[in-house]
Amino acid sequence: MKAYLTRKLVALPLILLGVSFLIFGAVRMLPGDPARIMAGPQATQDAVDGMRTRLGLDQPFLVQYGLFLSNAAQGDFGESIKSKKPVIDEVSERFPYTLSLAVVSYAAAILIGVAAGMLAAVYRNAWPDQAVMIAAIGGASVANFWLALMMMNLLAVRWKWLPLLGAGSWQNYVMPSIALGLLPAALIARMTRSSMLEVIGQDYIRTARAKGLGPRVIYRKHALRNALIPIVTIVGLNFGGLLGGAVVTESVFNWPGIGRLLVDAVRYRDYPIIQGVTLLTVTSVVVVNFLADLLIAAINPRIRFD
Amino acid sequence: MTTLADSDDLPAAPSRARRLGRILRRHRSLTIGGAMVLLLVLAGLLAPLLATHDPTQQSLATALRPPSAEHFFGTDQYGRDLYSRIVYGARLSLLEIVLGVGIALVVGIPLGLLAGYSGGRVDQVIIWFMDILFAFPGIVLSILIVSILGTSLVNLMIGIAIFSIPVYGRLSRNLALALKQVEYTEAARALGAGLWRILFQHILRNALGPIIVQATLTAGTVVLTAASLSFLGLGAQPPTPEWGAMMSDGRNFLGVNIWLSLFPGLAITFSVLGFNLFGDGLRDLLDPRR
Repeated sequence: MKAYLTRKLVALPLILLGVSFLIFGAVRMLPGDPARIMAGPQATQDAVDGMRTRLGLDQPFLVQYGLFLSNAAQGDFGESIKSKKPVIDEVSERFPYTLSLAVVSYAAAILIGVAAGMLAAVYRNAWPDQAVMIAAIGGASVANFWLALMMMNLLAVRWKWLPLLGAGSWQNYVMPSIALGLLPAALIARMTRSSMLEVIGQDYIRTARAKGLGPRVIYRKHALRNALIPIVTIVGLNFGGLLGGAVVTESVFNWPGIGRLLVDAVRYRDYPIIQGVTLLTVTSVVVVNFLADLLIAAINPRIRFD
Repeated sequence: MTTLADSDDLPAAPSRARRLGRILRRHRSLTIGGAMVLLLVLAGLLAPLLATHDPTQQSLATALRPPSAEHFFGTDQYGRDLYSRIVYGARLSLLEIVLGVGIALVVGIPLGLLAGYSGGRVDQVIIWFMDILFAFPGIVLSILIVSILGTSLVNLMIGIAIFSIPVYGRLSRNLALALKQVEYTEAARALGAGLWRILFQHILRNALGPIIVQATLTAGTVVLTAASLSFLGLGAQPPTPEWGAMMSDGRNFLGVNIWLSLFPGLAITFSVLGFNLFGDGLRDLLDPRR
């Protein structure tokens, strides 16, 4: 356990270093003058020269990378070409929208996924199990933007039950969080089912049953604890998948989060934004994965990660 | 008195066909998924025969029609036949899978085998590289790569292949670690076989099962990611009949014409579901312990 933690702790900064180098290097691979690229096509010669000094383009490559890192560590990712605002401001304005959508989607996914997975395990091989498993593999295969478009067509435009676009009220959360939460719900249902089935066969369940405890108490008591592992695993290790899904979902629903910011930035060739958003996204994914690993190891010390 | 050997009512060893039949009956997801994948492949290969219209032929007089006997799935805003475009779209999906999965296999497997077999520094460096790529959400890495290389389907496939590399790299590393110590590998080493000969002849051959399962499961992800990014305008460009790109047309006719987004989305879901079922079934077949 200790060796595992140490290894993870050593790996964390190394991975972040590699990630940042890749993102830094990617923009430098573009043909043309990096100062012009980062200042934007409409920038004046003065602005481009200013950018050249800022990026340290007269310095050796590794020094430039060091400069990029030290700026990033101070929250300085440059300015958006499009809005002229600092990248960090753009991101922090939009991040709460992505986060709140993620929280709502995950909460719904956990409730539905755990309930469905437990139901499937309790009624193993009977029709509720089969129904849940079919729904789960279907849910893991549906394209979220297709589901989004179908909901928009029917729930928003045809029947006018829900607002079509934007993030103004709680009704705005319904369709995006279904689109985003379906995949984690399906994954959680499958994992909950299999971890429940593993537990049901254990000796201590037989003992509990022999003591005369009713099935309801047994399932609730032991299931809840064992459902924790799939939840932490999916929520923690799939956080990157969720952010990836948010890129698409936010664009469909005009949700003002960082996913849409990224897509708009690619269309506008707003490289400071692309660089900043990818760096912050990947860093948060690496940190969340690390925390999830720790949590999983803490909940279930038997799990070995080799 | 008859011995067992003389008795001729012993059942004959089951024929190959019958054995296959039994496997297909017992592994339902393998059968259903396999049939779906086969249908996708056939649709792609036979697209010119199956299509009823030219997929790029415009006819503004018949724009945005609902499904009919003439146009099975209706027509889009330029009057193009949606059914024919979806059939041709199957070709693009196959191409996406061949490129996306193929490049990832070609790069990821040798790296992973080398890492697992060599151990030490080589292993550490390769694992580090894989972990870096793995840290990126697939869609985000693809967007970064497309923003550098430019928006096109081929560049998108390069992006998707790059994020799939660590999947195969890690898998084949673990397989190489396990197969490194078995007797036939040691025998080959003792006989003086070279590094790559050992890796490909002795280790890869015996690791193919799990790699095929992974490739099948990844094929679904590739189709889904490619469609998502084409839908956002970051992959296939119009008038290419790519399913995701077709749905971004449908987005402009919300409430006016639902068919435009319904059918391409069904095609995507059908393909992804097929590969997921097929991959699950293969895994059960090849590894009954799970």
